[in-house]
Amino acid sequence: MPFRAFLLILRRDLKVAFRRVSEWSLPLLFFIAVSALFPLALSPDRLAMAPGESEVYGMQSLGIAVIWMGALLASLMGLDRLFLNDSEDGSLEQLMLSPAPLISVVYGKLAAHWLVSVLPLVILVPLVGLSYRLTPGATAVLALSLLIATPVLTVLVAIGAALTVNLRGATAIIGLLVLPLVSPALIFGARAAVLALDAESAAAPLYFNASLAIMAVSLGPVAIAAALRAGLE
Amino acid sequence: MKLPVWFHRFGSPPWVYGFAGACAPWLLAAGLLAIAVGAYWGLVIAPPDARQGEVYRIIYIHPQTAYVGMMAYTLMAIAAAIGFIWRIKLAHAVAVSAAPIGATFTFGALITGAIWGRPTWGTYWEWGDPRIMSELLLLLMFLGYLALRAAFDDRDKADRVSAILAVVGVVNVPIIHFSVEWWNSLHQTASIMQLDKPAMPASMLVPFLIMVAGFTLLFYGLLLRRLQAGIVDRESGARWLRDLAPGATP
Repeated sequence: MPFRAFLLILRRDLKVAFRRVSEWSLPLLFFIAVSALFPLALSPDRLAMAPGESEVYGMQSLGIAVIWMGALLASLMGLDRLFLNDSEDGSLEQLMLSPAPLISVVYGKLAAHWLVSVLPLVILVPLVGLSYRLTPGATAVLALSLLIATPVLTVLVAIGAALTVNLRGATAIIGLLVLPLVSPALIFGARAAVLALDAESAAAPLYFNASLAIMAVSLGPVAIAAALRAGLE
Repeated sequence: MKLPVWFHRFGSPPWVYGFAGACAPWLLAAGLLAIAVGAYWGLVIAPPDARQGEVYRIIYIHPQTAYVGMMAYTLMAIAAAIGFIWRIKLAHAVAVSAAPIGATFTFGALITGAIWGRPTWGTYWEWGDPRIMSELLLLLMFLGYLALRAAFDDRDKADRVSAILAVVGVVNVPIIHFSVEWWNSLHQTASIMQLDKPAMPASMLVPFLIMVAGFTLLFYGLLLRRLQAGIVDRESGARWLRDLAPGATP
């Protein structure tokens, strides 16, 4: 029963998301736009960290930061789909009244959100990484670090979305609530790519992020379910 | 477990209002006195540091503000959790009272740190320093908590929802703290934070501890004053409040 509820919610949310092209394509386009604008804000001759140093090095460091920030911002984009749309048309209340445990509903929604607005982004990372002159090894580690750490982002964004579920137009607050909390995942994720760039072992930060992801995925939905109940009771 | 008989009084707004009103002046007076004594002792009597000279005297203000800020967040989260689990409104009132004070002290820690950083590190702000980063993130978490509360019209809902945020935040505070610290220790370009501390001599330690006590007492005094104001706000129109102020119109 709980697992069946999870699958049903997942299928329903995926269906709803793929009915409208903008649902899954906008975060991707946003990600590309952010990646394109960062180099414009920084003049190319300033990319060398020190006189005489290679500009490629600065471009690579910038690329890692841009890809991580882009992923962060893109995962904030589709968050209305998590709970707000369902709360507005009343289906969220029906889901909460249903005999299925709320936790499995939450897991279904998290999985759908991750698949729609985060996974395509990870697939796009090699392309953006290439444009920032990242080495293939570093790009692979960067994609892997995003794959491991994005569940943390999804859970934290969902906590923000659940806390503000019955506040109209309060999505700006979610950024303030969520961004300080994602800093550990950001630190280890970017660190892994930098280590791979220097041809060193990136295992330690990846393990850290994996442990953060396990913690977020196992404890986060409890907080999300509590926040939904508190917001809608 | 059987609760002692006096314990239930902490759930009663009139009793807590009176209790806070009785304690706050003493806490505030003792805190200000300790700060005055500690400041004079630390800034005038204590000897200058062998390596940092006079600049080191920021330790009579800066660590205290940082410590009170972190204590305030922990207290806020514990109170919010108690309020959420046992549905005690006064616990929520304590959590709300702690937030602005904690944010102010955290902001004070950032400012005093910047003032010390300029002559010592040569810069007001160093993005690479883990302590600055975790203090800044703590400040943002305080402000996020306050912003979330402010967005709700319904206070009961604000209490319950912001309590969840406080608990999620307090779980994250140590993770953020240590990850930021590891982040820097992995980087370690310039070791500006290598203050390998030898044991502080008593002539410096005593005023340091007096200042810690003073800031702590001041925090709790302010907390109780804010709590009183919060109770008046929550209980406005209640009979016992009207009895307290006979002339006032409700």
